[in-house]
Amino acid sequence: MHRLLRFLLVLALLTPGAVMAEDHQGGHEEEHGAHGHGHEAGKELTPEEQRAVNKEFVIHHTKDSYDFGIFSDESTGAHYGFPLPVILWDDGLHVFLSSAFHHGEEVVESNGNHYMLNYHGDGKIYKCDAEGHILEETTVDEETGEVSVAQLAPLDFSITKNVFVSILMCVLLFFVFRGVAKSYKSGLAPSGSAKFFEPIIVFVRDEIARPNIGEKHYKKYMPYLLTVFFFIWFLNLAGMTPLGINVTGNIAFTAALAILTYLITTFTAKKDYWMHIVWMPGVPVPMKIILFPIELLGTIIKPFALMIRLYANMLAGHIVLGMLLVTVFYFGAVAAKGAFIGLTFFLNIIELLVALLQAYIFTMLSALYFGSASEEHDHDHAHAH
Amino acid sequence: MEAVEFIPKLVGAGLVVIGAGIGIGRIGGSAMEAIARQPEATNKIQTAMLIAAALIEGIGFAALFAV
Amino acid sequence: MEKLWNEFSVGLFFWQTLLFLALLFLLRKFAWKPILNAVNEREQKISDSINQAEKAQQELEALKAQNEDLLKEARAERDAMIKDAKATASKMVEDAKTQAKEEGAKLLASARESINAEKAAAITELKTQVASFSIEIAEKVVRGELSSADKQKALADKLVDDINMN
Repeated sequence: MHRLLRFLLVLALLTPGAVMAEDHQGGHEEEHGAHGHGHEAGKELTPEEQRAVNKEFVIHHTKDSYDFGIFSDESTGAHYGFPLPVILWDDGLHVFLSSAFHHGEEVVESNGNHYMLNYHGDGKIYKCDAEGHILEETTVDEETGEVSVAQLAPLDFSITKNVFVSILMCVLLFFVFRGVAKSYKSGLAPSGSAKFFEPIIVFVRDEIARPNIGEKHYKKYMPYLLTVFFFIWFLNLAGMTPLGINVTGNIAFTAALAILTYLITTFTAKKDYWMHIVWMPGVPVPMKIILFPIELLGTIIKPFALMIRLYANMLAGHIVLGMLLVTVFYFGAVAAKGAFIGLTFFLNIIELLVALLQAYIFTMLSALYFGSASEEHDHDHAHAH
Repeated sequence: MEAVEFIPKLVGAGLVVIGAGIGIGRIGGSAMEAIARQPEATNKIQTAMLIAAALIEGIGFAALFAV
Repeated sequence: MEKLWNEFSVGLFFWQTLLFLALLFLLRKFAWKPILNAVNEREQKISDSINQAEKAQQELEALKAQNEDLLKEARAERDAMIKDAKATASKMVEDAKTQAKEEGAKLLASARESINAEKAAAITELKTQVASFSIEIAEKVVRGELSSADKQKALADKLVDDINMN
């Protein structure tokens, strides 16, 4: 654990640089954004408008995007970064670079269809006509006669910023841990990066898998637990960089992991697990009947809570940090700016801890669910009391 | 959303968050006491504390997202 | 809940699942298995070595105990030997002493015997010589005294009395 602490300390010490860079970037967008709007309207923003702009700025940075934006200058409208491929399925494959959208300003024509990016709205791609009007589909419910209007959106399989970062992290994880694995070929003692990662791997095995799953079954869950732990941790840490990455605070990402945990729990479950759901042993029959739907619901609520927990924690962390950084530009006084930079620095360190903690909790609870699924025990004995 | 419709939801969510906060606080406090009483069991107590806190936290988030 | 669903992106979900499964598969094959195997192997080795060390320690202890026993035995033997030797020596001394005493006693006895014999011989010789001296003296006295018959008789009686007193 000492090594881990040292690593965290070094990261924490490196954070001020990251914070400065981040608020510098934020500041540019923020200030110029505000001024830009002000010039357009020809007047200073009211506090309510300023608040709305700030909110949009922060929320925008927690969202996925179709390009990898590093820096943007809204006074000139210039965006620095690189575009990522957009892949759409709409009666055929449409592939083009996200730069074609010009940040929502232009309509893209691909194989006869027109698409536009709702940049200032929900940030999604919609099907439109050549003039940029979103196509709508009107359906009339035959029974009630209600008319519902749905905006047409293609199936979107784009390599977004989150997917791109995830690919990078996958590659990084693969090379890091293959390196660790290779280092054992020269001798059984850990060397190089293995010195840092081995205690963590052993921690996952001895503190997470073994006590929660049991000596008998823990081995087959180890690859999943280790992968999920390091994947979440690395992506959380990637979210701490000033690049505005927020993969783990995205509901689709956490849903993917939670569903995998649910599937593994369900498909490796032993007879006892189902017995506890369908016919809870050791309680009276009416209670068994009441417990059945509750337990069944519980199996779905557990991974659902897993999904929400990671998503909400990471998103909340990003929003709080973003809001604090925006506040730095709210004040004119240097002392106030400094105080808020300090506060942001402090919260950054807490977020570093949260990054590790959330990875740990996700892995821990997954292990707990696997443990309950693979548990085999003597009913008469266990429920006699 | 109408304000009248919004207020009960917010109040409900607030109550849930207060409850979750009290719960997590109690867990933390009890864990501290337990660690003070049995420092050699720190690891086990911490693990149990984190799990319990995480489960309550999940309920708090569920309330927030139900709004 | 609505907000959650609005934020959910099917494409991102698809890619994340795919990426995670790929990562899981690759890491399982190229990282976790070798790492966990190596760690297990090392732990096995360590526990084996500890067991072996303990065993060696026990053996050493047993050897030590054996040595101690041997030493004790040797010491006991030595003690016994010394005791024996002492006993033998004292016995020898005792024997020598008794022999010497006996010899001495014998010597003493024979000396006494010879002294007694000598004494007896000397007395006898003395007696004989005294007798011969007496006779000589008597002869001389008799020659002088026997000038008269009375004198002769009286002298002879007196002499005989003197001899008896010795």
